[in-house]
Amino acid sequence: MSTTDTAAITVANLRKQFGEFEAVKGVSFEVGAGEVFGFLGPNGAGKSTTINMLCTLLTPTSGRARVAGHDVVAERDDVRRNIGLVFQDPTLDGYLTAAQNLKLHAELYGVPTKLVGPRMEQVLRMVGLWERKDGQVMSFSGGMRRRLEIARGLMHSPRVLFLDEPTIGLDPQTRRSIWTYIRQLQEREEITIFMTTHYMDEAEWCDRIAIMDQGQIVALDTPERLKAGVGADRVTLQTDDNDAAIAALRERLGVQAQIAEGAVTFRIQAGEQFVPRLFAEFDPARNPDLPAISSVSVSRPTLDDVFMSFTGSTIRDAEEDPSKLRNRVMMQMMGGRR
Amino acid sequence: MTATADPPLDPTEVVRVHVPHRSARSELRAIKIVWRRELIRFVNDRMRIVTSLVQPFLFLFVLGGGLQRLASAGTHGVNLKTFIYPGILCMTVMFTAMFSAASIVWDREFGFLREMMVAPVRRSSIVIGKCLGGATVAGAQGVIVLAIAGLVGVPYAPGLIFGALGLLLLLAFAITAFGLSVAIRIKQMQSFMGVMQMIVMPMYFISGALFPSSGLPTWLTVLNRVDPLAYAVDPMRRLVFAHIDISAAARRALDPGIHWWGWRMPAVLEICVVLLLGLGLLAVAIWEFSATE
Repeated sequence: MSTTDTAAITVANLRKQFGEFEAVKGVSFEVGAGEVFGFLGPNGAGKSTTINMLCTLLTPTSGRARVAGHDVVAERDDVRRNIGLVFQDPTLDGYLTAAQNLKLHAELYGVPTKLVGPRMEQVLRMVGLWERKDGQVMSFSGGMRRRLEIARGLMHSPRVLFLDEPTIGLDPQTRRSIWTYIRQLQEREEITIFMTTHYMDEAEWCDRIAIMDQGQIVALDTPERLKAGVGADRVTLQTDDNDAAIAALRERLGVQAQIAEGAVTFRIQAGEQFVPRLFAEFDPARNPDLPAISSVSVSRPTLDDVFMSFTGSTIRDAEEDPSKLRNRVMMQMMGGRR
Repeated sequence: MTATADPPLDPTEVVRVHVPHRSARSELRAIKIVWRRELIRFVNDRMRIVTSLVQPFLFLFVLGGGLQRLASAGTHGVNLKTFIYPGILCMTVMFTAMFSAASIVWDREFGFLREMMVAPVRRSSIVIGKCLGGATVAGAQGVIVLAIAGLVGVPYAPGLIFGALGLLLLLAFAITAFGLSVAIRIKQMQSFMGVMQMIVMPMYFISGALFPSSGLPTWLTVLNRVDPLAYAVDPMRRLVFAHIDISAAARRALDPGIHWWGWRMPAVLEICVVLLLGLGLLAVAIWEFSATE
């Protein structure tokens, strides 16, 4: 972790209320200069509301936040000059070329005229779009547009870069390349990166992550430490009767299992050694009345498990619209039951 | 994936930028770049240049040519196309300016507005830049129609051309300001187009762009006098008619001017009305835009 002593972001008891609904229920944390800090949580957890307050787009209901040394309410302009923003939804002008979009940004932010050219070349090279600088943005793929937005957010050398779901809607390969750019960038530019994501695997790229659920931070640490805190392995079973399987696991093996994403799942120490015992018990020749197991998998703790241990559900189950494809595949595998 | 990572640059080579504090100069830069964006988009969009000429040409040559025989009794020998030409100039500018103002609705729908809203510049700079951009674009479109003056018997006199250009820019500015003050409140393109149809078409027809504004039924006279567009159309007609050679009777009938209780308003006053209205609407647009989250 490349944290130095000075904090890039300091948040104290920040709250945001929309009418009756309290979207952010008093969060406090600090992000060190040069850190890559991730905000993790399902849709509707309050991540975007928090990020919008930090980048002065929303006024907090109460609490304080300082970004790059300035108060987000009292010194809004100073904060804006020192931060870069990459939004969840695209904000490029498709009719302009990549270079024109960056030029426009530089002019709006008052980048000294003689530095506009060199800086543009640098940020475009950084995201691998220098050769496409004169291409109309309309013709760019989703991944290219996102990279261009990141480059644009860097045009004015911000001290803190905010990325709200920078990889949402992109294919895994593009997501990985975006992350490579982000890490390179952080090393080269020595800037602090604050981002939100709801992809668990992406949070691994962060120096520290805060897990947010229902407007509150439920855990905050390095990914390694969070995973180590969970300890046990995770075993996932596909069965032809999940409820019966859970009951059998409880009665015969003393294991507390639950259903997540349509499969039976539970945590246990030394998962591999448990599997033979499991199959001995669920052997149809011995116990024909038990449900049949069609597959089993054992995995080391992931951030998914961390999330589950703090919130009691997987991040996808916690989303308002569960990943439909996945569930449909599950249902077909289970013979259309449920 | 077309892109590959570039060879890492030497970290010492990083071009560092320091963003200065907000100043009058930085606001001017912001106005200029917002203005330029409108121009770049206009030049890139050749389709729009062509399509927005269809309507004025249709009115001028089809309506003007077709109604010529019916109208000849009342025009004292003046070609109907010549008569409606000043009105067509105004029409071109009006519709282009409206479309330019609509771009703020597009910007909102496509998210680009957000990029401008979070920049460390005044909201007024963005609105002023948009307004000047829209006015320039509409003015440029007006120049195309101005270029065909010869086809309808209007001479290419320098005084006429520069005068008309000035009037066109003024009208374009006022209409863009009006369009912006409406567009800022509207979130969807369809609604904007609906509102515009509802306001702009009646305003155009009532203004007297296509008929002389004297001897009308009382209700239409009243509407005509309160229609701001009438005060832009009238000086334009006066200017064009000052440069064509027609009988005194024709001049009286076709270019009667706007009268208030028998007093003919001077062109300067009419221009002031349009200018003040434009500035007032710009102030409204700035105020509205500053109030949006």
